[in-house]
Amino acid sequence: MSNRVVNILVPIISIILGLIVGAIIMYASGYDPIAGYQALWQGIFGDMYSIGNTLRQITPYILAGLAVAFAFRTGLFNIGVEGQLIVGWFAAVWVGYTFELPAIIHLPLALLAAAVAGGFWAFIAGFLKAKLQVHEVIVTIMLNYTALYAVNGLIKYVSDGGYKTPTIHETASLRSDFLKDLTDFSTFHYGLIVALLMAFVMWFLLEKTTRGYELKAVGFNQHAAEYAGMSVKKNIILAMTISGMFAGLAGAMEGLGTFGKMSMMNAFTGVGFDGIAVALLGANTPLGVLFGASLFGSLKYGALNMPNAAGVPEEIVSIIIAVIVLFVASGYVIRLGLQKLAKKKEAK
Amino acid sequence: MMNKRKFGLALTSVLAAGALLGACGTNDKEEKGKDKDEPAKGAETTENGGDQFTLAMVTDVGGIDDKSFNQSAWEGVQAFGKDNGLSKGEGFDYLQSKSEADFDTNLNNLLRRDFDLIFGVGYIMADALGEVAEQNPNRNFVMIDSELDAPNVAAVLFKEQEGSFLAGVAAAKMTKTNKIGFVGGMDIPVINRFHAGFIAGAKAVNPDIEIQVNYTGAFDKADLGKLAANNMYSSGVDIIFHAAGGTGNGVFSEAKERKKKDADANIWVIGVDADQYDEGKVDDETNITLTSMLKGVDKAVIDLATKAKEGNFPGGEELVYGLKEEGVKLADSRGAIPEDVQKVIDEYTEKIANGEIEVPDNVSDKDKK
Repeated sequence: MSNRVVNILVPIISIILGLIVGAIIMYASGYDPIAGYQALWQGIFGDMYSIGNTLRQITPYILAGLAVAFAFRTGLFNIGVEGQLIVGWFAAVWVGYTFELPAIIHLPLALLAAAVAGGFWAFIAGFLKAKLQVHEVIVTIMLNYTALYAVNGLIKYVSDGGYKTPTIHETASLRSDFLKDLTDFSTFHYGLIVALLMAFVMWFLLEKTTRGYELKAVGFNQHAAEYAGMSVKKNIILAMTISGMFAGLAGAMEGLGTFGKMSMMNAFTGVGFDGIAVALLGANTPLGVLFGASLFGSLKYGALNMPNAAGVPEEIVSIIIAVIVLFVASGYVIRLGLQKLAKKKEAK
Repeated sequence: MMNKRKFGLALTSVLAAGALLGACGTNDKEEKGKDKDEPAKGAETTENGGDQFTLAMVTDVGGIDDKSFNQSAWEGVQAFGKDNGLSKGEGFDYLQSKSEADFDTNLNNLLRRDFDLIFGVGYIMADALGEVAEQNPNRNFVMIDSELDAPNVAAVLFKEQEGSFLAGVAAAKMTKTNKIGFVGGMDIPVINRFHAGFIAGAKAVNPDIEIQVNYTGAFDKADLGKLAANNMYSSGVDIIFHAAGGTGNGVFSEAKERKKKDADANIWVIGVDADQYDEGKVDDETNITLTSMLKGVDKAVIDLATKAKEGNFPGGEELVYGLKEEGVKLADSRGAIPEDVQKVIDEYTEKIANGEIEVPDNVSDKDKK
């Protein structure tokens, strides 16, 4: 069996296995698996409204996945995407409602603010790692909480004791009447273009530029990179910052697209953490991330329809989705199985 | 090369999944949805569209079993359904939201299933519900716990401060250490109303009382509630009033643990939203729930559903349920509150109901510490 066939087979088998186990769970708990999956399918692709919202859900996952993947490629584990997303979200919304500018300046400015805020948040971790060898995992985890509560405080401050920011001006919004009409009032917005563009940027940066080569080299082997005359410290800081910028943009998708504002949160959004799984699913490549984000976003969104159309309770749905993701993420085992199978055949 | 392969792989798996699921799909669901998009000819209001009046609700992130206002709303929906011979799924139903992003979808999903009246529970849903209501001007909605100005939405608000005032009176009368506590969820206007009422009530009967306050910042973190309760009880507080949803469950577990260790300890919790008597059960004889500040979400739900069914849906109005309307009140204490204290509570109830006492609905920042 060629490598290529294996590469294609692995995710397909994973998804099918996940679906089968999910079906068994549904059947065992007394629900109709066929109706359940039908509801899932309809929830993802059923009509224009569902498709629009599925794409909307995929958008921040792409950017969060890119953020994690980019850090991984440069030898860093950015577990702080969640926090960077939150500060990016707030920064985008703040620019969105504070200034009054023509759309052509306002929207890019709001996006830029999100990227800068997210980048700065990650820069802190990168700086500490480069200068003081503090592990980025610890710093970013702590910064997640700092971001959550600091932003909650800021929201309270800017809203005079309320629980949500003012709504952004139309000129900073990623939503449009055209998309709204097209998708039957879904919250689909132009952010998807930004996400796709960023996937391209990441590919270009890593594969086509000297800087990208250096970043990767530091990720592969710091000492070798240093010996070759690259500045390890500078590259670590830069890598973290760029990763944070992707994460900040993921927040902008929620702020400028989906919600148009930000409410105080009593828990993390989860998008940043799911970004880790998305990046792993996508083998840390930009195209892989697009695939992983599509799968994650579709499952996450489509699952909402399972209690609605098939009466499968929320808890069972969570289990099923988790099982599917588990199988997809453990694709390695399936790969191993396939290779053994191939070897046996050869031996015969 | 590598990238091309990945893309092919993505495409194939999507197609495979599509074939797999598409095979078992019949499209009745979708068709049903289409029917609903076209407003019934002749009938201006959808109430007359179906043969039965149906209703459904969307929870906020607390979930249907939050032992609090989501649950209470659902109980109201169920009670109305039962009285009107409706079946779950067809006649009444609920959808849970896991995050803010789910509100829009859940509301739209219920709309497509043609429910006559749709309830959005929880102030965070106001923006989402407002948007959906604007997009569907022929459908009726109820917003619970928030203001919302739209001609097809009835907004339901509660005077939590009035019920909490009574809780404060009860706590101040019952404390032996002269120290009572308030554990709040997030520091937001709704919870501030509980807080303000509680303080006002306690100070009304005992101006020198010490009131400890802790906003945990979350409605779903029982561990934080437990920690807050631990701190308060350790410093001599003997009665805690919580307005913190799931976080409050931690207050109960801390109180129960202490009561279990020392059966003579004078430790009480005042529950919130629903009657939390069962939460306070230590064993068959002992219970640490003093009373609960009931928020009659269920009553409001039934009230509005009945009005809508009769064709008197109060769209565009803001309905405020206070002590007078019996929208808030204290739960049966089952003997925990002695008669003389109950008498004082009843006096205050009357004074508030007839407007003699006006309970403040917000606290100064100084009091939050």
